[in-house]
Amino acid sequence: MKKARKITDGGPRTPLRTHILIIIILVIWLLPTIGLFVTSFRPIQRINTSGWWTVFSPDPEVKQADGSPAATLTLDNYIDSLMGYRGTKTYRAECASGSPGIGLTCTARDLLNPRGMGIAFVNTLLVTIPAVILPILIAAFAAYAFSWLDFKGRYFLFALLVGLQVVPLQMTLVPILKIYAQLGLAGTFWGVWLFHTGFGLPYAIYLLRNFMGGLPRDLFESAYLDGADHWTAFRRLVLPLTMPAIASLAIFQFLWVWNDLLVALVFLGGAKPVLTYQISNMVTSMGAGWHLLTAAAFISMLLPMIVFFALQRYFVRGMMAGAVKG
Amino acid sequence: MAASFLIFKGGKMASPRVATVMKQGKWTPWFYVLPALIIMTVFIVYPMINTVGLSFLNKDSSASAATTCVEGEACWGALENYRYALTNEINTSTPLTAWNTFWTSSYGNTIKWMVFMVAGTVIIGLVFAVLADKVKYEPLAKSIIFMPMAISFVGAGVIWKFMYNYGTSQVQIGVINAVITALGGKAIPFLSQPILNTFMLIIVGVWMWTGFCMTILSSAIKSIPEEVIEASRIDGATEWQVFMQIMVPIIAPTIVVVITTMVINTLKLFDIVYVMTGGNFGTDVIATRMYREMYSSYNTGRGTAIAVILIILIIPFIYMNIKRFIQQEAIR
Repeated sequence: MKKARKITDGGPRTPLRTHILIIIILVIWLLPTIGLFVTSFRPIQRINTSGWWTVFSPDPEVKQADGSPAATLTLDNYIDSLMGYRGTKTYRAECASGSPGIGLTCTARDLLNPRGMGIAFVNTLLVTIPAVILPILIAAFAAYAFSWLDFKGRYFLFALLVGLQVVPLQMTLVPILKIYAQLGLAGTFWGVWLFHTGFGLPYAIYLLRNFMGGLPRDLFESAYLDGADHWTAFRRLVLPLTMPAIASLAIFQFLWVWNDLLVALVFLGGAKPVLTYQISNMVTSMGAGWHLLTAAAFISMLLPMIVFFALQRYFVRGMMAGAVKG
Repeated sequence: MAASFLIFKGGKMASPRVATVMKQGKWTPWFYVLPALIIMTVFIVYPMINTVGLSFLNKDSSASAATTCVEGEACWGALENYRYALTNEINTSTPLTAWNTFWTSSYGNTIKWMVFMVAGTVIIGLVFAVLADKVKYEPLAKSIIFMPMAISFVGAGVIWKFMYNYGTSQVQIGVINAVITALGGKAIPFLSQPILNTFMLIIVGVWMWTGFCMTILSSAIKSIPEEVIEASRIDGATEWQVFMQIMVPIIAPTIVVVITTMVINTLKLFDIVYVMTGGNFGTDVIATRMYREMYSSYNTGRGTAIAVILIILIIPFIYMNIKRFIQQEAIR
């Protein structure tokens, strides 16, 4: 992406107003996230009495609940939301005074408090990892058949699959929930894994097939002359060569599952709260103030952000590869 | 995943016309495709058919929807759930009230989302792609615009709820109302003021999805042959003319693809509205209304009828997708 050609090379020199316009747009795009980030580190008393932009000139008059002056920045919001503390003081203060709220023990076990973000983070990981691996694995097999094997209905089935990509998942929630209720899969990880696999497959197969189909034919011919069968060719040849496409697919699926609310809401609900479920509950129940919400939101954004910035090349390359010839 | 179905489109469709190079057993292909086909049948195809069936039944799917008709009121028989889904939000006493209530109904709101979110993301994405192309810090600038794509709708909902925060006291802790009051204006309850609030939610959607449009459009712009641009510059075209008369027509096919993807995305949109307003204050869209019928009112018949209406709206796009696929296969 860094080396991307400039179409405007040789054009007139970039005028100052272009820079200004770009910077203004960038500031507008960044400001909301910065506001959230700064607020998540401010003590509750300050959040509600002054805007986050006053963080560099804090009001010395703001007092904590016990009368001592409030800190400018604090980690308490993160601790409170991880532990699921919803009281009026802070988790640390309550534990220091020896009277934590209901369901809290002031030990590491609080990280698994069902109201907290700690358990939600663990649950989200448990949902996401298999829900990324399963569809990619199954899709790789199918994509191999669609690109290098011949069978009846190959073309028709693939065209159908192209259509299935845009089916809204709302269309399938009710019948699947009924099946799950009968099979005892409602509220279990298996239920969500399978659902995400089903809905991830059409796109995953489509993407991998485009990539695998583009591999040079000679490769397969020489593999065949060397005595390889399809299984060997698939394992030793196709899978390693398809890794770039698998990487971008994994990022897409990871972000999709990690950030999903609707599927988690319907199939897991409060039984195994994930990050998005926990936050949406905090928003709608009004039980949590901005100090908890901002910290919780940031906890949920942390991993996707890291993945995004670390692997952006794969992500964008995946998008570029297809769209260029639009 | 939702949006990304077209991401690899076009590019690498070059699977050979005759697929087989190696010998294959009669059943070999099916070992590879069957697991995927079975899962997709169970999780997509069968439930779709089942949903259509349920939409003709009552609340708990125990009898025909016709049994829910009320004596002396309009009734569409087995299509009763569709009558409810299509007309309940609309006050048909006069054409004027029908018109007004339509625009605050879930359908009217979905249309607003479609028009303004698609226009917003595509226009800003295109303009920014062209602008960023002119500067050295292009990769950084594009990363910043693209970043919200990594955030969940729920996270974005919290971020923007805070931006829009409406304080009843003197101090405004939401940026926008703080600016308004600092300029001497009166703070606005952005999320609870009907009509305005839907547009405030659309802004959140634009913030999230502009990066997607920008990335695809940017790569399309960069694939325009240099000579074309240079030739028009030598002919004395201004940068604006180059943009409008050369770039836009050349990348028009990509723009169309981006627009269709965005339309599908907005039709399915659920999370932003659910988190920020819960569909209250006249912000309902089709997907949130369906969810409420299904899981708050526990009315399976009505919920599935709304889902069917949603898929009917999407069918043209399924058709377009398949048609485009067949064309691409033909030119290989």
